Amino acid sequence: MSARTSDLAITGAVPDVAAPRGGRLAGRGTALAALLIFLVLAVLPPVAVAVNDPFLVVTATRIIVFAIAALSLDLVLGYGAMVSFGHAAFLGLGAYAVAILSSHGISDILVQGVVAVAASALFALVTGAISLRTKGVYFIMITLAFGQMAYFFMVSLSAYGGDDGLTLGGRSTLFGLPILKSDFALFYLSLGVLVLAFVGLRALTLSRFGRVLRGTKENPVRMQAIGFQPFAFQLTAYVIAGALAGIAGVLLANQAEFVSPAYMSWQRSGELIVMVVLGGMGTLVGAIGGAIALLLLEDWLAHFSEHWKLGLGVLLVLLVLFTRGGIVGGVARLFGRPRS
Amino acid sequence: MSQPLLTVTDLRKSFGALAVTDGVSFDVHDNELHAIIGPNGAGKTTLIHQLSGSLGCDSGTVRLAGGDITRHSMVDRVRLGLARSFQITSILDGFTVIENAAMAVQARSGSSFRFLRPASKERRLNDEAMAALARVKLDDRAQRRAGSLSHGEKRQLEIAIALATGAKLLLLDEPLAGTGHEESAVLVELMRELKTTHTIVLIEHDMDAVFALADRVSVLVYGRLIATGSAAEVRSHPDVRAAYLGEEEEAVRC
Repeated sequence: MSARTSDLAITGAVPDVAAPRGGRLAGRGTALAALLIFLVLAVLPPVAVAVNDPFLVVTATRIIVFAIAALSLDLVLGYGAMVSFGHAAFLGLGAYAVAILSSHGISDILVQGVVAVAASALFALVTGAISLRTKGVYFIMITLAFGQMAYFFMVSLSAYGGDDGLTLGGRSTLFGLPILKSDFALFYLSLGVLVLAFVGLRALTLSRFGRVLRGTKENPVRMQAIGFQPFAFQLTAYVIAGALAGIAGVLLANQAEFVSPAYMSWQRSGELIVMVVLGGMGTLVGAIGGAIALLLLEDWLAHFSEHWKLGLGVLLVLLVLFTRGGIVGGVARLFGRPRS
Repeated sequence: MSQPLLTVTDLRKSFGALAVTDGVSFDVHDNELHAIIGPNGAGKTTLIHQLSGSLGCDSGTVRLAGGDITRHSMVDRVRLGLARSFQITSILDGFTVIENAAMAVQARSGSSFRFLRPASKERRLNDEAMAALARVKLDDRAQRRAGSLSHGEKRQLEIAIALATGAKLLLLDEPLAGTGHEESAVLVELMRELKTTHTIVLIEHDMDAVFALADRVSVLVYGRLIATGSAAEVRSHPDVRAAYLGEEEEAVRC
């Protein structure tokens, strides 16, 4: 009973275990951090009006969309230990669902959303079922390959713009109303989705399902020895993550009013991984923080030099070397929660 | 005599020209503790991998309560009531002690495809997990992180997890591995108590423990069982003495 482990002696008689690992930091700290981020985002539009900088809302919407995509990746990467290098494909599928449907006159966001979720979930089911037969580097390579397949499929789909992409006639509607024409409305819709995704995934990672997923990440042989077949759990997580990234794609298409195969490129997938790792894997709030940090950093560095990516690379190397557990890990250490 | 709980018949497994399991046959009856001993490299761990389903066999059969489980996966065998522990501690370090056990309870208590309710607050899972922990005397460590336990406590947790699966038959792979004198005394007492409710196949190096606990002992040498019998019979078996026990016995006497 050393002092070092005193932080593990949690509350009263009924086990109220703040799920360790993955959830090791996912106690009240990360919930508080997420709440703070959401509050700041919520007051952003009025502030943008006050400082007369409406573009701020546009940038913030874009950041939120990528935060949702990064959140979904954190489920497979941070909780499932599946390094998916083709995650942008789901984002792109969601975006193309909007673009293709609206080019045929179907502009209701609910219909588009359902199609986007169905398409990305189906793609995740098929590619996941195949990819999960492999492990480690092979899993990375095969998800990369599937991502590139989706990318080149869209490149060659000339009916919908091919390589050039496709400009939307306008944003999606809701029950025939052009509500999302307003940048503010789209912003708050995206923020709402982000909050729901965070709350939902948080519950999921602490649920029975999430516990099996976390256990499988830590010790798959042990999980089989007590009677769990990891495949079904990993595949389900993969499909859920794919569907959520598809929803992010719906928002992305509306934000940019344009879609292109570039959304699905492997660089995009890599960026999503960087967001999750930068923020701190397996914490959820880290993925959000990572998306915010990376996109702001890109914007900021682009002011200085056209070679900003070099500066970004250096910064990322330093972060990986000197902060274990990404931003969340760094903050947790700042607030004095020593961990063995 | 009643039907044995576990029947192993002419089990064989070769890696290339090396027969690591070479025609092994034995029965384990209800509430019996059957120890398998043998010198290093005799194939004990291979045998337990075959019994638990993590390694296939070339020929022969394994029957659990009469049903053929030779081709069953590890997951299926656990569901049928055959659980194993690991020689090298294999617990979920990042989880709490109670969650390690509750996870095993969860595996046999309804669907794990539930996505909303926090699993760590499920009373029924936690109650059964606590019962398993209490049997290995770890209930006072329930809320600790499993990785922070002492080695002996981790060995106790190994057994608690196997218990929590609800298995009738426990395959314990060197539960005393790496333990000190006091720790192993605790574990031996524990197994003595477990014998009253469970059938156990014990693989162990510690001869004191084996002869104190085992109803029957089988001796495995180069993949073959050269003798099976009560502790006393095996002890006096000339082949066994030659192959294995002599040196150990002397060491014990010192």
